[in-house]
Amino acid sequence: MAALNGAVENGQPDKKVPPLPRPLRSLEGKYTKIFINNEWHESTSGKKFPTYNPSTLEKICDIEEGDKPDVDNAVEAAKAAFQRGSPWRQMDAPSRGRLLHKLADLLERDRATLATLETMDTGKPFLQAYFIDLEGCIKTLRYYAGWADKIQGRTIPVDENFVCFTRHEPMGVCGAITPWNFPLLMLVWKMAPALCCGNTLVIKPAEQTPLTSLYIGSLIKEVGFPPGVVNIVPGYGPTAGAAISTHDSIDKIAFTGSTKVGKLIKEAASKSNLKRVTLELGGKNPCIVCADADLDLAVECAHQGVFFNQGQCCTAASRVFVEEQIYPEFVKRSVEFAKKRLVGDPFDARTEQGPQIDQKQFDKILELIESGKKEGAKLECGGLAIEDRGLFIKPTVFSEVTDNMRIAKEEIFGPVQPIMKFKSIEEVIRRANSTEYGLTAAVFTKNLDRALTLASALQSGTVWINCYNALYAQAPFGGFKMSGNGRELGEYALAEYTEVKTVTIKLSQKSP
Amino acid sequence: MKKQGSDGNPAAVMPALPEPLKDLKIKYTKIFINNEWHDSVSGKKFAVFNPANEEKICEVEEGDKADVDKAVKAARKAFELGSTWRTMDASERGRLLNKLADLVERDRLILATMETIDGGKLFSTAYLMDLGACIKTLRYCAGWADKIHGRTVPMDGNFFTFTRHEPIGVCGQIIPWNFPLLMFVWKIAPALCCGNTVVVKPAEQTPLSALYMGSLIKEAGFPPGVVNIVPGFGPTAGAAISHHMDIDKVAFTGSTEVGKAIKEAAGKSNLKRVTLELGGKSPNIIFADADLDAAVEFAHIGLFYHQGQCCMAGSRIFVEEPIYDEFVRRSIERAKRYTLGDPLKPGVQQGPQIDKKQFKKILELIESGKKEGAKLECGGGPWGDKGYFIQPTVFSNVTDDMRIAKEEIFGPVQQIMKFKTVDEVIKRANNTTYGLAAAIFTKDIDKALTFAAALQAGTVWVNCYSAFSPQCPFGGFKMSGNGREM
Repeated sequence: MAALNGAVENGQPDKKVPPLPRPLRSLEGKYTKIFINNEWHESTSGKKFPTYNPSTLEKICDIEEGDKPDVDNAVEAAKAAFQRGSPWRQMDAPSRGRLLHKLADLLERDRATLATLETMDTGKPFLQAYFIDLEGCIKTLRYYAGWADKIQGRTIPVDENFVCFTRHEPMGVCGAITPWNFPLLMLVWKMAPALCCGNTLVIKPAEQTPLTSLYIGSLIKEVGFPPGVVNIVPGYGPTAGAAISTHDSIDKIAFTGSTKVGKLIKEAASKSNLKRVTLELGGKNPCIVCADADLDLAVECAHQGVFFNQGQCCTAASRVFVEEQIYPEFVKRSVEFAKKRLVGDPFDARTEQGPQIDQKQFDKILELIESGKKEGAKLECGGLAIEDRGLFIKPTVFSEVTDNMRIAKEEIFGPVQPIMKFKSIEEVIRRANSTEYGLTAAVFTKNLDRALTLASALQSGTVWINCYNALYAQAPFGGFKMSGNGRELGEYALAEYTEVKTVTIKLSQKSP
Repeated sequence: MKKQGSDGNPAAVMPALPEPLKDLKIKYTKIFINNEWHDSVSGKKFAVFNPANEEKICEVEEGDKADVDKAVKAARKAFELGSTWRTMDASERGRLLNKLADLVERDRLILATMETIDGGKLFSTAYLMDLGACIKTLRYCAGWADKIHGRTVPMDGNFFTFTRHEPIGVCGQIIPWNFPLLMFVWKIAPALCCGNTVVVKPAEQTPLSALYMGSLIKEAGFPPGVVNIVPGFGPTAGAAISHHMDIDKVAFTGSTEVGKAIKEAAGKSNLKRVTLELGGKSPNIIFADADLDAAVEFAHIGLFYHQGQCCMAGSRIFVEEPIYDEFVRRSIERAKRYTLGDPLKPGVQQGPQIDKKQFKKILELIESGKKEGAKLECGGGPWGDKGYFIQPTVFSNVTDDMRIAKEEIFGPVQQIMKFKTVDEVIKRANNTTYGLAAAIFTKDIDKALTFAAALQAGTVWVNCYSAFSPQCPFGGFKMSGNGREM
């Protein structure tokens, strides 16, 4: 993402790179089994589950279905790999970093394959998978590779005759439950800091999108991570996922997904063994456009901000607040953008929007669209599915939206842009913050004072000024309020994957 | 030295030692500015010698003030607001440093052979230790490039305040001859990681590996002007750097005497920032409860490594009375087991001193030891009829007032003194204007931690010596230096 210094093209692949990569047409040697101890296993139950291509609605293949016994096996392997004296525990920190760099190298080598798999499994446009998802993965791995030997504790001047220092130790076995909207990227966001700090992992990828996560298992083995350091158990939330969140031998769990499930996970963590919890949940993110904004920039950013990835982003700009004076013009230009958005086969280089992930999401989005119509919002364009067959939805814009409508309160996770009007800064601050969510916010203005005031006042983990979806490995990301607990990325993620130990040594005399 | 190589540990296993390159061709002998090779403005060249046989290796362009001026201009331009280097993503700077590490790894054999021929360093040491550390240091600093954080600060009043940790600018770096390539990397790696541009003057005795690095820096893709290398002499090229009005910082590793001159010049010119890594007379304190074998071995390597030419050499060994005689006996035995000779050849444990000046100074100090009443246990004079070789020398019954107990020798001469109590040895260990490193050998946790606090030294080693890693800061108290590297 970062070659363009902050102007991340919210959803637009960098078309300057010549020539465009091509997806792989026939993928052999797909990985479909459970990955434990650097080996591929069948499920204990013998069951499998299908994974589908949401563009064609065809089954891609069957995957081994992991459940509690498989999770148990994975945790055993991860525990053994974490034992005192194990190769992973004995490994020098810079060597851990080298392994992460090598993994990044292999992702670079297999970039086209991974992007193809990601597109087949999620329906996201291939060029976006290639230039955005894979770019983020590679950069994040390299960022954390650099941290591996820089995890420092402190020496601390305590009272009386003691030498006191802290050690920042790995937590142990970390469970990671990843979502279907950015399957590989969300996995790397967890894997990279976890491994960098010396932990071992048991990963459950989303049942809709297991392919790239399993492929990375093969790369983990190829790079030379010791067996048991990374284990991958595909399966369903209520079975494999719950087995992880309730497991007594898992020391920490990281989850990205809905707020609803996030709450269950935190509850399960408390009921079991008080495992540490990091959550990246939903958002209903305000995008505030002031009258003095660069209007073209604001329209485009707001557009990409909500429609990127078929609207399936926790960061989606799903409440656009536009200052009264420019409201009609903003709506007009937004509708133009939405109408131009090319929806179709994600493998076509011109496609900007693919299908929604599955029937359940598809139905939910259409239901919320209907509620918008029913509750009196003005449907400017779109508002229905594209074909009889398939999970494609027309880019939809609602204007005259008021804060009490369902489309203004609930996370839609689809290509639907609600645009509301505001008069004053104080008012928009109050309305933007009137939500139990708090993941991201954006502000479009040229006025420095206004920008900084809003940056301070908005209850969001990230505030973007004159940009959208500017996400970089170096900058922490996470939610206020019910959008999450803890932070991913940046130096801050290290705190989520280390346990602090204080060592205090008595001396016979006071030392300086 | 350090245990490496557990299963599945790809990067840390010591590589097998290859043979040095026969017939090494020296390709780079010119001044490196803007990624190009230049003749000296004056037209002068100077000779570079192999200290093992005193033969000339080649001639190198001799840089002086005019060349330093050109280099500074290039470095300043590369540092301009809006330049490629200034607008490059921090993570990309890290990528370039990692790429440079890859290239050093690729050309490890060339560089190790070169370092041996130019510096008299044992080939095995150059290949395994110096080159290993160079690669690790480059990778370590590469990882920091996009992690240089400032802070937001809650100020009183209606203000929004944050700090930026900006690069200083054009950094002059003067490198010594004892670890030519490693000291070069210790300076350029953090400087480049933070976004500075540099003008490097390698030691006149050992310019070759630095110049070779110029070619790798260009190959890695650093923009022109980011790294410039001007070989030459201290009083000319070096002084031009320390006095320069357009250099923002000078970093120097070398003698305390020259370090003082540099800091003075910095003050007199433009108040450029100064980092100094200078000499030492580091105490190595051995208690009766120490693991005696380990202590003898570490004390030996701690002094004799690289012919004693280390700023952190453990050149005052204080041994607790009860084990003194045994310690001396074992140290002599250890020092005698040496084969001197051409450092390129296998089976050689000690190479030559760097040049005639050092050679004479060391011999003079050895004579003073004999004259002032220390007991010469072994060695005590030169070796061989060609090259600057000195026999490994051990003095016992050394007292604190002798010259060999006070002055930095920088040669293979080990001083062993006796002590009785903790308080006494702390006082004696600290009784020096130096303060670079120190070590203590004991199993007692209380003693270890007390000494860690009480010793006035930038690094205190417990039950080891010369344990280095790029993750650990290194630098001197008192007149051993200003600031920290790594």
